Amino acid sequence: MTPTTQMKTPTTNGHGAGAEITPDTADAVIDGKLDQVYYGGFLAVRDSHVKIQKGKITGFIGPSGCGKSTVLRSLNRMNDLIRGFRLKGHVQFRGKDVYGRDVDPVAVRRHIGMVFQQPNPFSMSVFDNVAFGLRLNRFKGNVGERVELALRKSALWDEVKDKLKNSGLSLSGGQQQRLCIARAVATEPSVLLMDEPCSALDPIATRRVEELMLQLKNNYTIAIVTHNMQQAQRVADVTAFFSVDISKGTRTGYLVEVGPTKQIFEEPREQLTKEYVSGQFS
Amino acid sequence: MNGQSVAAPPAVLPDTGLERSPFERRALRSLLLTVGIWVAAVMAGIPLVSVLYMLIVRGGARLGREVFVELPPAGFEMGGGFGNAIVGTVVMVGIAALISIPIGVLSAVFLAELGPDSQLARVARFAAKTLTGLPSILAGVFAYAAVVLTTGTYSAPAGGLALAVLMLPTVVLTAEEAIRAVPKITRDAAFGMGCTRSQVIWKVMLPTATPGILTGVMLAVARAAGETAPLLFTALFSSYWLFEGGRPHLMQPTASLAVLIYNFSGMPFENQIELAWTASLVLVLIVLFINVLSRLVGNRRA
Repeated sequence: MTPTTQMKTPTTNGHGAGAEITPDTADAVIDGKLDQVYYGGFLAVRDSHVKIQKGKITGFIGPSGCGKSTVLRSLNRMNDLIRGFRLKGHVQFRGKDVYGRDVDPVAVRRHIGMVFQQPNPFSMSVFDNVAFGLRLNRFKGNVGERVELALRKSALWDEVKDKLKNSGLSLSGGQQQRLCIARAVATEPSVLLMDEPCSALDPIATRRVEELMLQLKNNYTIAIVTHNMQQAQRVADVTAFFSVDISKGTRTGYLVEVGPTKQIFEEPREQLTKEYVSGQFS
Repeated sequence: MNGQSVAAPPAVLPDTGLERSPFERRALRSLLLTVGIWVAAVMAGIPLVSVLYMLIVRGGARLGREVFVELPPAGFEMGGGFGNAIVGTVVMVGIAALISIPIGVLSAVFLAELGPDSQLARVARFAAKTLTGLPSILAGVFAYAAVVLTTGTYSAPAGGLALAVLMLPTVVLTAEEAIRAVPKITRDAAFGMGCTRSQVIWKVMLPTATPGILTGVMLAVARAAGETAPLLFTALFSSYWLFEGGRPHLMQPTASLAVLIYNFSGMPFENQIELAWTASLVLVLIVLFINVLSRLVGNRRA
């Protein structure tokens, strides 16, 4: 880990500027201005201003190590769990900085739900998995009703309604991932962050999860990291392209360009985006 | 290559069919090793099976209602049983479990989750590892000094404390392993749901680790139930019931199966020797029963 000294990295260097501004910024539920993200002395991400718009799916694409997961996990303070994490900039959730002094990261994570790369249901029953967040928040209403609703929303109800008492770990990989989505949506968070939710799934399960995302879009705001450009094209309304800057001897990710998915894939403004979406590097 | 490479290069795979050829060198070697492994496995099983066989044959003869409800016989008396020793063992192992499990599991949470790299954790882990090899009689000496001398009497709590000292390191180390074995993604999921650190530990980590923790607890209980040395000068022995007139008399010498076996097996009386065998069988059955029970409980939670 080489300590990075150049704190004021210029926003432009050769290819790509620190991009920002999407068409209608007024609707941004999350406004993440990540000037610098460090892990210890390692500058992982710089100059990335992402806005997650209400009711839309925002896709983060880019080559390996470009920091797209880091950016996503910075939005709900999951990165706080990683030693040495530091952020310069701000992440505003409904106008309030989630890194503010008086903000409790636990509360942030309750409002901004997360689905992980590996399906990670808890070692408890299907029902208890979905009810977990409800109980955590001391939900006073009918838990059974909410669990069913969440499982229906996650297109899993018909498959598990007869085995709600079985362990969540007894389900197939695709079912487990939809269970994790049900667990996340049961508490009705405003935003759902998905970190490569399909990378551990087979194509059929992937397709189901994608259909699910398109349904969920009506009620939730979603940000998804994906390694798969076709997936971004299929589900994302807005696409953010990240790349890696190796010019300083370390691998620092940054946002190259963001815009409506169609524009990013068909007429990107940046040459680098064009090369990436046409498959010239990955 | 050198201008004369007309001949085809030698084939790597032998030009034989796909059939099994039993007298090939590697087939013979494989057979030899297989036989060796079987012999080793059987030899490892011989002591276990023969001990169980002896216990069932010699101990099973006297196994009946009488041994559970009668008190130990004196000298030339015939019949009798060891009901009080069963109660004493269960009570003292229970006391030991009540002391060692909460302390052990909470220490394990600290070692695995709260301060795994702290100086305190390093010292505690080293101490626990050293204590696993502690001669059990020293645990008895400790409890003798701590309880028997201060209260002035041999007692069940003194025996329980001695056993707790023996159980503690096993509980701590296995529980730490079990908690560490909870996958990182499960931890992430808990934090991602908006759990506080204590909620992550209580609602997710500990329930997930329960089967592993139970295994360690069972190992410790099984060991404690069979220990004689630490009880010899903490609980001593008694020919009377621990519960008399419906209430416990904990602060008096207390019988235990292990000490009963130790005492009776050395006696010159056929009756007592037979009872020692039966007591051994009952002790093994108790450990087996607790083991099966904890597995059932552990499996239901997972």
